[in-house]
Amino acid sequence: MTVTWYVVLSAVLFAVGAGGVLIRRSPLVILLCLELMLNAGNLALVAFSRAHGNAEGQVFALIVMVVAACEVVVGLGLIVAMFRRRLPLNVDDLRELRG
Amino acid sequence: MIYVAFFAGAIGAVGGAIAVVAMRNPFYSVLALVIHLVALAGVFLLLYAQFIAAAQVVVYAGAVMVLYVFVAAYVGAAEEPLWEPIPGQRFLAPLLAAALLVELAIAIIGTGLSAIDSDGPTLPAGFGTPTQVGNLLLERFLVVFEAASLLLLIAAVGAVTLAARSRATRSDVEEARGPAA
Repeated sequence: MTVTWYVVLSAVLFAVGAGGVLIRRSPLVILLCLELMLNAGNLALVAFSRAHGNAEGQVFALIVMVVAACEVVVGLGLIVAMFRRRLPLNVDDLRELRG
Repeated sequence: MIYVAFFAGAIGAVGGAIAVVAMRNPFYSVLALVIHLVALAGVFLLLYAQFIAAAQVVVYAGAVMVLYVFVAAYVGAAEEPLWEPIPGQRFLAPLLAAALLVELAIAIIGTGLSAIDSDGPTLPAGFGTPTQVGNLLLERFLVVFEAASLLLLIAAVGAVTLAARSRATRSDVEEARGPAA
């Protein structure tokens, strides 16, 4: 089981997540797809940590999980705030900042 | 045996990821992400990352997904409109994702890293255990650890401010409307 298999799996997961961000319009699902991409990055980090026999990559993956948790908290706070202001939960309708 | 475990985890992870993108109801997307995360934790176990796998299941599939489920239940299942503001987005977006995958595959095939085609070195006992990760985190990466805790604190305060301020502005709007009506 070479490390290439894990890196390929990580690439597939990242592409699926990126496709989801491009296709979906609900901000909640876009956040979920961002999670997919961050997890794919985590998988690559852990795979390279295994390839080099060095656990520092795993520490990196843990910190990525912390940053992902922060992103989720702020993103969900934004979604709740948008819902309370009766704004449409659709990234194509939220275009007030467009020039 | 390890191939069976890897492909079971990989199919679970990729299937969960595709289900997250394909489900029309955001609530089902959240549940699909839980499947994806648990399958990915199994793949992490194959890479001798026990602590990361445990943290993945407990923190992600446990705590963060509960947050998502609550918000999905609070906001409700919003129907996505069928019209497309960008013409052809439904066809162009998967095409771009496939192009990204091809590009990543070219990068992996053409890599000069020699370690990528091996099983990796034989690991010392205790690789990836909480002891080792904790030692690294609190000795070598102490500054990173403290920065992460500060970031979490800022995010928590920011989320409370975001949710609380919207309530205040709404009551302000209602007060402003009150006398006029």
